[in-house]
Amino acid sequence: MSSSTNLVALYTVARREIVRILRIWTQTLIPPVITMTLYFIIFGKLIGSRIGKIEGDFSYMQYIVPGLVMMSIINNSYMNISSSFYGAKFQRSVEEMLVAPMANWAILYGYVIGAVARALVVGALVLVVALFFTSLHVAHPLTALAAVLLGAVIFALAGFINAVFASKFDDIALVPTFVITPLTYLGGVFYSINMLGEPWRAISHANPILYMVNAFRYGILGISDVSVGGAFAVMLMFIAGLTMAALYLLRRGVGLRS
Amino acid sequence: MSFTQNDSPPALVVDNLRKVYRNGVEALKGVSLTVQPGDFFALLGPNGAGKSTLIGILSSLVNASSGDARVFGRSVARERSEAMRLIGLVPQEINFNQFEKPFDICVNEAGFYGIPRKLAAERAEKYLKELRLWDKAFHQAREMSGGMKRRLMIARAMMNEPRLLILDEPTAGVDIEIRRSMWHFVSAINAAGTTVILTTHYLEEAESLCRNIAIIDHGTIIENTSMKRLLATLDVETFVLDLAEPPGELPSVAGIALRRIDERTLEAEMARKQDLNTLFSALTHHGITVHSMRTKTNRLEELFVRLVEQGRTPEREKAA
Repeated sequence: MSSSTNLVALYTVARREIVRILRIWTQTLIPPVITMTLYFIIFGKLIGSRIGKIEGDFSYMQYIVPGLVMMSIINNSYMNISSSFYGAKFQRSVEEMLVAPMANWAILYGYVIGAVARALVVGALVLVVALFFTSLHVAHPLTALAAVLLGAVIFALAGFINAVFASKFDDIALVPTFVITPLTYLGGVFYSINMLGEPWRAISHANPILYMVNAFRYGILGISDVSVGGAFAVMLMFIAGLTMAALYLLRRGVGLRS
Repeated sequence: MSFTQNDSPPALVVDNLRKVYRNGVEALKGVSLTVQPGDFFALLGPNGAGKSTLIGILSSLVNASSGDARVFGRSVARERSEAMRLIGLVPQEINFNQFEKPFDICVNEAGFYGIPRKLAAERAEKYLKELRLWDKAFHQAREMSGGMKRRLMIARAMMNEPRLLILDEPTAGVDIEIRRSMWHFVSAINAAGTTVILTTHYLEEAESLCRNIAIIDHGTIIENTSMKRLLATLDVETFVLDLAEPPGELPSVAGIALRRIDERTLEAEMARKQDLNTLFSALTHHGITVHSMRTKTNRLEELFVRLVEQGRTPEREKAA
């Protein structure tokens, strides 16, 4: 199939995903904003007001806003694609795409675009809510935008792979519960890893979420625990690796073809 | 929509196709068959015979263990995209997102084939109208009846205007009126040049629609011929006679076995070459008046059961 017809297929998958997200906006867009509002109230306002300044001249509320925005982006990107693609497997509507002449990359990135769109909308809403609690001056807008985009793509790809392997709905809840949530909490959302002693500080560098949170925090506040260039390199490496893995699974038909 | 049939490669060539699943079940044991362009081809077989596996391989949902299938000369294994572009599939199970609207389901399907949205919308309207679904086009698909959902899958399969339409039990559980409207639609599509492969358990459907037939059982093709030739092999027919009055003694007619079914019903089993006049003369002579008459079973059904039973030797049963 020519690339122009694959682009039509890509657009179709992405559009269908975005329409689905908007159709059920009360399930896809509102709950994460409410959750993050609670984080802002409890950790930022109630507890944060007793913590004082952190990493220079930032209030604790200002410090955690980038981490919480990135956390909502990661979670929504992952959950969107894993539940949507597994749902398509479950009710077999995925066969519509599998029997069509479209390329595997069009299936994969159609879903990724949908997941990233939801993550960015949720991230923007969370950022707007944050402005009710604190003031923010965006230090490096393009860096911030690139960080959320890459972070959302990474977790969309991971969610897709999870859905490919999942054989029941429980399987798509396991990874967020046992992997993503712990990594997020330990990835510098609520603290700077400079506060940690060794070996925890060194171990934290093995957490990919650390790089996403810090790249975005650099974009918003201008501070980071890690090299920003290194953070982007790590994120690009993850995207390349996960894309190759997802395309390999699609080519082999793992969990999809007999 | 019409296609030139001259100089065209066969619509489908299945060449020594084998499929062994991971659990060791050999679903296809070297199946070969050819379907010519423009044909209306019946693929019949009992449950678990291998029909769905074969269709799964043709539609690339199942990977063959060995052998190949070519759609208008395009290998399903090596030229998947080109082959899939030529196929429309109506699967046995409902497999669309029931929360979407029929119009969107059709337009998205076209998009997966690279068809621009404007043309896709025109086709969706055309086929939803032809299949009498237009009034439901913008309601959620889950609100539709079972028959409507099956017609929606036909409309969806037509979005890429395929040269080969595969219908896997499209009328299962559908009432006779809707079934007939589906036959009418598919016959028109076939008359316009689309090759159709039909699997069904309604054998009268296959008999009235299809020109050629293959019967598969235990992963092997046990018959592959024209419908006319197959039906000609049936040498015995059974008629059911509804009588005006309860008969007395039944006549004895050479070559015809007459049996009482109930007080006013007889069954007559006779050779196809034997004329019915002999039977009616004998009945009239005995003062028996026949009110109405019908064939006991569908002819193809008779043959189908016979062929499948012939193929089921104790050794094969054991092997299966």
